[in-house]
Amino acid sequence: MVLEGRAWKFGDDVNTDEIIPARYLNLTDPVKLAEHVMEDADPEFPKKVKRGDVIIAGKNFGCGSSREHAPIAIKAAGVSCVIAASFARIFFRNSFNMGLLIFESPLAAQGIREGDMVEIRPEEGLIRNIGTGETFEVARIPEFMQELLDNGGLIEHIKKRQIQGSEDRDEK
Amino acid sequence: MGMTITEKILAAHAGLETVKPGGLIQADVDIALANDITLPIALKPFRDAGGTRVFDREKVVVVLDHFNPAKDIDSATNMAEARAFAEEMGLVHFYDVGSMGIEHVLLPEQGLVVPGDLVIGADSHTCTYGALAAFSTGVGSTDFAAAMLTGKAWFKVPETMRFVLKGELRRWVSGKDVILSVIGEIGVDGALYRAMEFAGKGVGSLTMADRFTIANMAIEAGAKNGIFPCDERTREYVEGQGTKPYTAYASDPDANFVETREIDLSSLDPMVALPFLPSNVRPVSEVSGMKVDQVIIGSCTNGRIEDLRVAASILKGNKVAKGIRLIVIPGTPAIMLQAVKEGIVEDVIRAGGAFSTPTCGPCLGGFMGILAKGERAVSTTNRNFVGRMGHPESEVVLSSPAVAAASALTGCLADPGDL
Repeated sequence: MVLEGRAWKFGDDVNTDEIIPARYLNLTDPVKLAEHVMEDADPEFPKKVKRGDVIIAGKNFGCGSSREHAPIAIKAAGVSCVIAASFARIFFRNSFNMGLLIFESPLAAQGIREGDMVEIRPEEGLIRNIGTGETFEVARIPEFMQELLDNGGLIEHIKKRQIQGSEDRDEK
Repeated sequence: MGMTITEKILAAHAGLETVKPGGLIQADVDIALANDITLPIALKPFRDAGGTRVFDREKVVVVLDHFNPAKDIDSATNMAEARAFAEEMGLVHFYDVGSMGIEHVLLPEQGLVVPGDLVIGADSHTCTYGALAAFSTGVGSTDFAAAMLTGKAWFKVPETMRFVLKGELRRWVSGKDVILSVIGEIGVDGALYRAMEFAGKGVGSLTMADRFTIANMAIEAGAKNGIFPCDERTREYVEGQGTKPYTAYASDPDANFVETREIDLSSLDPMVALPFLPSNVRPVSEVSGMKVDQVIIGSCTNGRIEDLRVAASILKGNKVAKGIRLIVIPGTPAIMLQAVKEGIVEDVIRAGGAFSTPTCGPCLGGFMGILAKGERAVSTTNRNFVGRMGHPESEVVLSSPAVAAASALTGCLADPGDL
């Protein structure tokens, strides 16, 4: 898989209130949530972002609440991947659980500028700034979490294991 | 190598002799919690995975506290769905208008969480129960859905960062000032992915209310959980709330701490966190005189009876400054009743404040005190991000109940010691 998209850059400590303000937490439809994604960080972002684009951010992206509305809104807005210097832990696990691609790379977060075109090869753990040719390696994802991503999130993973479990029992 | 309290609880719930930081485990949960915001989006994944019943009707807890009593049609619709689900699943611990309180104040009060428990909650402030020597952490709705199905959750075992407390808090200084000082020192990602363990002789001098407040805001330093040892005060509290059996784990003397810091409680002042991060902390004395429009006293951080007592002791017989909107919100119906009995409600109302039924409401900019453009609130809540309590150009200053009450009387940030 090779992803390619335009970079939108944000700073450090982008919190879940900026990603999806609580005034929209009475909504559950991903499409409606996407209409307000990143609104309190950049009110124009929902209009500007295009399918396949990439969010680049500094440290502690997604800090604050546990609202899964945050990764849901980002994914539903068509963002293909979030690359940050680091992630807040609940946002980090939510992203894996619901199948939003994220990468931790302080160097990429620094070396990619607003508007740069970015190429991402998730299997190889490579991020490339197409304009400058600069390449960044990302940390290897633990095997269990890679499995979650490959299975399309935690629920699909559980379903698959349930099916395997019943097949194992059938064989016995 | 010995283990920390956090590691021992995780190992026990994963059926393992030992665990090490960095290891990935599957663990049994004692409580899985959700609210009116996070339950609705857990229902689709639950049903998609073929969910028709929860793993244990006693261990899945749902509290409709954020936008309840319903603030608008969308939230009313979500709560109607939540009620139907709770009914269908036969949930034993389902809390709605009347029995509903702010979840992290309510669960310990109901005796649902005890030392040694492993709790996950689809709410980031689930880390509050660490005050009871339980491992508890916030997760998302998908994790909650998976736990409803399987009774399990996956965890990366966190490294533990230890805070050794000594001395005693001075007058007008509380648990809120302790945790604000810590966050001010280490930053909003200072404990990222880590457990924050509070230890030392100073722990014994902290009330349970102080400990709940401190553990509650561990997430504001990026931590996975905050945790206290189980001492006499913990036992007394837990045994007073219910009959659920518990296990008290203690960190081994040779447990591995990735970092240890000392805090002298007697050196702390009343603190505030200025906009727009909980780490933007300084003594209130440095910024006293900053004008405020609204004062909120309540939330999962500071909505306990001890918090209301401190506020009432300052408000009693005085008047809120002209133009200040003071809103006091008790954490639970039991706390509200106690506040009525002790005359706290009367003190608040006579001082010119409003007294609400329990809700998370204004803390997250839900309802019951939304700020207009350019307004500033001082609030005993936990976050002061951009737009947290309303308009993106409004501001929130975080403080203890004592500082909030003093500020209500003067109309600007005030040190209660200066009144």
